[in-house]
Amino acid sequence: MAQEVQPFFFGLLKPKNNISKIWMVFWLLSAVTIFEVVLGLIKPDSLVQNRIVGMKILNWIFIILTVYKAYYITWAFMHMDGEPKWFRRSVVWTGVFLILYLSFIVLIEGGYIYEIMTSSFVTRDF
Amino acid sequence: MGATVAVNSGHDTSKGFGKPFGISYGKMMMWFFILSDALTFSGFIVAYGFSRFKFIEEWPIADEVFNHFPFLHGVDAPMLYVALMTFILIASSVTMVLAVDAGHHMKKNKVITYMFLTIIGGIIFVGSQAWEWKNFIAGGYGAVTTKSGKLLQFTDADGHRVPMNTFVVASATDRVHHEASNGLWNVNEADLPPYAMKDVVSSFAANPNLRVRTQQLTEEGEKTVLSRVESVEALKRGVRSVEGANLKENEYGHPLFADFFFFITGFHGFHVLTGILINIIIFINVVLGTYEKRGQYEMVEKVGLYWHFVDLVWVFVFTFFYLV
Repeated sequence: MAQEVQPFFFGLLKPKNNISKIWMVFWLLSAVTIFEVVLGLIKPDSLVQNRIVGMKILNWIFIILTVYKAYYITWAFMHMDGEPKWFRRSVVWTGVFLILYLSFIVLIEGGYIYEIMTSSFVTRDF
Repeated sequence: MGATVAVNSGHDTSKGFGKPFGISYGKMMMWFFILSDALTFSGFIVAYGFSRFKFIEEWPIADEVFNHFPFLHGVDAPMLYVALMTFILIASSVTMVLAVDAGHHMKKNKVITYMFLTIIGGIIFVGSQAWEWKNFIAGGYGAVTTKSGKLLQFTDADGHRVPMNTFVVASATDRVHHEASNGLWNVNEADLPPYAMKDVVSSFAANPNLRVRTQQLTEEGEKTVLSRVESVEALKRGVRSVEGANLKENEYGHPLFADFFFFITGFHGFHVLTGILINIIIFINVVLGTYEKRGQYEMVEKVGLYWHFVDLVWVFVFTFFYLV
């Protein structure tokens, strides 16, 4: 496990050893979390009212930052960056593909049922 | 080539310490378990998303539900407490990875210190989750359900929430909660509602500045507050008052919201709990010097993988329950 510690975060953070890398990742994850909370408290109007592909921009930011945090937990904390390539792919791609597929198909269905329920002739509020 | 061709497969794997394809067998299986557990959790979270999309109007706004902070009674502090919990869990992940790193350098005492800190962090997290549950179950404002199961909540003229217990005057009643011990044998009754519906209606009529808030979302993503006349009219459809949350009803929004909250955070909390237990077992082994004698601290690394996975899941739970 005495491999060279690679620079990360667009090559801007260059840790001397494993331990300083761990702390850098910790502060990075904390900063992202604090940024998310601040954004969630302010809720800027432009991010709430505008949508991309049917979802608020604010929610897109939250989800992308979450995946970003997940990436660092898996790569830095769980040492996925040090595993052989075939193994990394067999774990990561299996998960990513199945989760994307499941969420796509189930969320579309949820939205469809909402449409049916609101546009039908039967009231559901009495 | 490494992605398509089996590498290093010539090792003897029969003794449990072998390394098929260049990865230790135990670590590989821990990863595949984590993959399957990740799919389980994503199934739950996607089911949450399905129900939320289906009942998008009745879904509560998370900031209004989770707004407590220890020692700050009555102060509206949305999300700060979960942010703190996330911070605690990430910090305990860091001490875990430091323990793994110390294990690679065969520093027993450092492994002991860092694993101890990890266990403490995990215990603090589970305690925080229990406190979160307590507040969620107790509730704060109360609401009235209509016949169709929709909620009516109370605000003042400016749209600020008003707790029911500040304006409802309960009339005297001799209706008691029926329990299995004092009435029909072995027959229980569901909890009585906190206030009789007629008391809610009369108290509402006596306070002219009160309004009813429905679950209908406005364009700005807020709930609709009715005018006074509409409020009185809407309250006639109320059948029962609710306070707090259980699996059948809650004062926040659609019943499924509380169900998913209990189930997903509960299942995650169960993972944290087992993570703490496994950590304690490995911690005892480290103290006893088992891995020192074995010549490698790979068990610490394996339990570390599980612990980081718990952290990983929490990052997603945090986003989908509290932020989005």
